[in-house]
Amino acid sequence: MAAITSSVPIAEAPASRRKFPFLLIALLLPMAIINFVAFVLPVIRLGMISFIESRSGGVLTNNYTLENYADFFTDSFSIELVSNSLLLGFGVTLITLCCAYPIALFLHRVSPKWRNMLFVITVSPLLVSSVVRTYGWMVILGDQGVFNGILMSSGIIDSPLRLTNNTLGVFIGMVEVLIPYMALSLIAGFGRLENVYEEAAASLGANSWTRFRRVILPLTAPGIALGCLLCFVLSISSFITPKLLGGGRVFLLATEIYDQAVIQLEWPTAAAISVIVLIIFGLALAVYSRVVKRFD
Amino acid sequence: MIGQLTIPFRLLVACIYLFLLAPILIVLPLSFSNDSYITFPPESWGLRWYAAMFSHAGFAQALWISFVIAVTVTILGLAAGVPAAFAIRRRQFIGREFLLNLFTAPLLLPSIVLGLAILLVFVQARLLGTYTGLIIAHLIITTPYVIRIMLTAFSTLPPSVEDAATMLGASPFTVVRRITLPLMMPGFIASAALSFLLSFDEVVISLFITGPRLRTLPVEIFDYVESQTDPMTAAVSVVLVAATLLIIFLIERTLGLSKTIGK
Repeated sequence: MAAITSSVPIAEAPASRRKFPFLLIALLLPMAIINFVAFVLPVIRLGMISFIESRSGGVLTNNYTLENYADFFTDSFSIELVSNSLLLGFGVTLITLCCAYPIALFLHRVSPKWRNMLFVITVSPLLVSSVVRTYGWMVILGDQGVFNGILMSSGIIDSPLRLTNNTLGVFIGMVEVLIPYMALSLIAGFGRLENVYEEAAASLGANSWTRFRRVILPLTAPGIALGCLLCFVLSISSFITPKLLGGGRVFLLATEIYDQAVIQLEWPTAAAISVIVLIIFGLALAVYSRVVKRFD
Repeated sequence: MIGQLTIPFRLLVACIYLFLLAPILIVLPLSFSNDSYITFPPESWGLRWYAAMFSHAGFAQALWISFVIAVTVTILGLAAGVPAAFAIRRRQFIGREFLLNLFTAPLLLPSIVLGLAILLVFVQARLLGTYTGLIIAHLIITTPYVIRIMLTAFSTLPPSVEDAATMLGASPFTVVRRITLPLMMPGFIASAALSFLLSFDEVVISLFITGPRLRTLPVEIFDYVESQTDPMTAAVSVVLVAATLLIIFLIERTLGLSKTIGK
């Protein structure tokens, strides 16, 4: 900014400053209004309400208090919420990485003729609503679902496996929903990987496992870091898949925000949990930027 | 042998693709089931649930509401986002970076938090369960993408091209009509298509601010899936996926998808 201002001839500055920039304001005003009404104002209000004292039944008072946060940190249920969400976040991220990495490596190595088509297939689930994809999983994993049907009709099991309305179902659904995001991040970071490096390692006597561990993995690490950040953040804040595949039996920060806000109408509690989710986001971002600095 | 794709590796990748596409692939045959509940493979086939969907008042109405909102959001989002992107790219003013970050910041906020925040403001402004409220809320999701895409589009159009046309005697109107608009077209269409799809599919924020009388299609599906398990949801899902594919197909035919994305 400073460089731009100083490059303007000094003699012209007073004249242009006196001219009121009507055009510029007209161009920016509609966007600024939308942003203010639906982003700035709501975020400020969210922060304020998280400090407001509420009477029973969700009636808001005018008193400010730290009680909403104090209640959260002293309640064993909310500690469980945080640990459930963190475990889901780390677990889902790790499994998603294990599923998406082979896809990204395959796309990197396959002939260009196939690459474009497979790339489109990889990202196409992003265009399908997560409600639809989660419904698909309910059909597959339900007690009378496709998966249990196949296992039971072939006589492998007698009673259906419990794959929905529990954490396992949420894990499966979340991993599937997040694979395209992870694959995109990985592919973006695979540009540095070239066959010559592996050939060099092989000629020096490295076997395939060593080549993977010492050559491929370090070269693709920035993509892995980006994909993990994205998936962790998305799984902490995801709501649709845990709500539907968890069947109300999996308790996470995101589902609790919705329940408190829409069902219990306890807005200050919901707002306080939201602020805590944002703090976890900030921490994840801080860890990511420290990790990325190490690569350079 | 380096970089070769071994058979086990190919099989592994095929399994992962099957896992990735399974929920979408299962919905299509299920939608043609004539059974009263979910069985797979269906015992009888037919279009029963498609007929049921179109006579189901909730879904038919929600489809129309979602369509109206998505079209309005697309038009208003372009009307607000394109001039803002133009100003940020072409004009020098103090706070340019700040405005750009502010306008694209809603992308960083988890939608569950943004939904709650919008609820808290709209409940005071009496915007819950109204078209106005839903449209404003969807605009905050679509405009960051419009601005990002249009910034790229404007940067591929150097001012010198327009200056050259002016120097050759074109009037400002002709410059806009013959130079600026045609070169901007892929950006406009990409922004419009993405806005429409984002608004049409948006569910988390809509869940917070829809009312009993004004519900979008994804919200209606969400509630239906939560309470009922019959193949009707599969039929609705297929319609939703087909609509998405139709939009992408139209863009592909008119412009070419790769051209639209810009690279």
